[in-house]
Amino acid sequence: MGGFSNGTNRDQAAFLAARLPSFTQFLSSYDPALLPARDFGSPAFAMTTDVGADVIKNLPHATTIVAVTCERGVVMAGDRRATAGNMISKRDVEKVFRADEYSAIAMAGVASVGLEYIRLFGVELEHYEKMEGRTLSLEGKANRLGKMIRDNLMLAMQGLAMIPLFVGYDEEAGTGRIFSYDVAGGPYEEYRFHSIGSGSIFAKSALKKYYSDDMPVTDAILACVQSLYDAADDDSATGGPDLTRRIFPVIATITDDGFTRLSDAESADYAQQVVGERMRLPDGPNAPLRTAS
Amino acid sequence: MPFYVSPEQSMRDKADYARKGVARSRSSVVVQYSGGILMVTPNLSSVLHKISEIYDRIAFAAVGRYNEYEVLRKAGVTYADLTGYQFDRGDVTARGLANWYAQALGQNFSEPTGKPYEVEIVVAEVGAKPDSDQIYRISWDGSVSDEPGFVAFGGQADQVAATLKERFSDGLSLTEALGAALAALAAPAAAAPGQAAVANGAQPELTAANLEVAILDRARAHRTFRRLHGPRLEELIAASRAPAASTETTEAGADEAAADPAESADKPSAGKPSAGKPSAGKPPADEPPTGPSKPGDGSPL
Repeated sequence: MGGFSNGTNRDQAAFLAARLPSFTQFLSSYDPALLPARDFGSPAFAMTTDVGADVIKNLPHATTIVAVTCERGVVMAGDRRATAGNMISKRDVEKVFRADEYSAIAMAGVASVGLEYIRLFGVELEHYEKMEGRTLSLEGKANRLGKMIRDNLMLAMQGLAMIPLFVGYDEEAGTGRIFSYDVAGGPYEEYRFHSIGSGSIFAKSALKKYYSDDMPVTDAILACVQSLYDAADDDSATGGPDLTRRIFPVIATITDDGFTRLSDAESADYAQQVVGERMRLPDGPNAPLRTAS
Repeated sequence: MPFYVSPEQSMRDKADYARKGVARSRSSVVVQYSGGILMVTPNLSSVLHKISEIYDRIAFAAVGRYNEYEVLRKAGVTYADLTGYQFDRGDVTARGLANWYAQALGQNFSEPTGKPYEVEIVVAEVGAKPDSDQIYRISWDGSVSDEPGFVAFGGQADQVAATLKERFSDGLSLTEALGAALAALAAPAAAAPGQAAVANGAQPELTAANLEVAILDRARAHRTFRRLHGPRLEELIAASRAPAASTETTEAGADEAAADPAESADKPSAGKPSAGKPSAGKPPADEPPTGPSKPGDGSPL
């Protein structure tokens, strides 16, 4: 029986009994089939059949996300490519999303599962806020997300893995904060910068050289774009800026002004700047060999 | 074994019971204005709310028993979030919600035992244009009515509605709508100044401290619900009470001062209005700004 409300007693009783501020918990009692991780029947199914394994392998995977803390908060950026096996399945994927007014979430892994979780997470946060009349603390949000990822573990073991990166502006502390996860949950707080996805190794190495504490927001954005470029340079599953089609990384800033997604024109500016400099120095800005004393 | 009671009698008794319960509460008012929908109710508490957000463009206002309409509010939020999640955010409508409330309340009312809800609920939805705004009133017995433009409910609703009808017209500004709402809420007291026992009679003057005010701001993206309180509300109330004959620029200046507190370097703090900020050529300057909330913008919660 589907979950659509048709005014029967069951629906009314369930809604009127809704006391929990958690939307995910409400769904798991009202209609678990609506949760992302519950749709797929027996856990061993996909692993034992060749067809199943092939299907999973060819699902679009989304890649490289970077997050960099800066003086007024944190910047998060993601590339635009989704790959299925060796094919590029989509050139303009959006991987960075607004979770609520002061936080953002991005995903790496199976794109469709990721999108479902991101959507559910957004509703979860908003639901809590409306029910309780207050926003969750940033740690509360990070914990809820960890629990949702943990619930996905069975699917992850079949190959439907998805890992988020969660960032937020902590209004009390006045700083940006980054939380990472693994397939069994989390969160782990990351300091300074972090990256996830297949290109994250290259992006993190690049960020090690670009990052400095309390960077201005514009510098942090530039660091993100540079590191995504470096990741695309070495990882085939990460897409660099597409100048012909004008497809550039999705960049979002989360500061005391809240979540702001840079417009296409603004992203283009940063991307053009990076590409222009790479025409002269293809490996990017040199890092000094010795730190000045 | 209970005596036989005819269904008409039992329904009439229940209806009387619920009607009296609701009449004991304070009146509330929902008014459409050019920039959205305004909801005003007397409320001494700043934490126990009678007006709340349900979804992006839908708000909930109730009178009657607090614990009963709190349950209904939470159920409404759950219904809206579930529908939006299963389908799409744009598929959540006030009409669907009003129908859901009608069924829930009507079901409860027709139970042979148990008491009816002593609540009256209004569900309002703001559209892209004033034409598509909707206001529904759902009574304790589950009857729904569509109330275009404005509605008064709870307490001495008839008197409040009569005053509101006189003051209402299409295309009111926010301050005009607030002025109409406050005048309407004060109408029962004005009509019967000597009756201290009446719920709305002998009431203290309505100020920002004993009012709960919220809007659904048409121009805002995503979540349009905003509470108005503190200095912002005080300024709006002052502006709404300024005599209608005072200049457009004065009112616009006062509201523009309210709308841009961050730039108030050269504006007087509170208690202006200065005549020095004409807003000719701009859209009504008393509309709340869009974008992320700034201080003085009204808060989402």
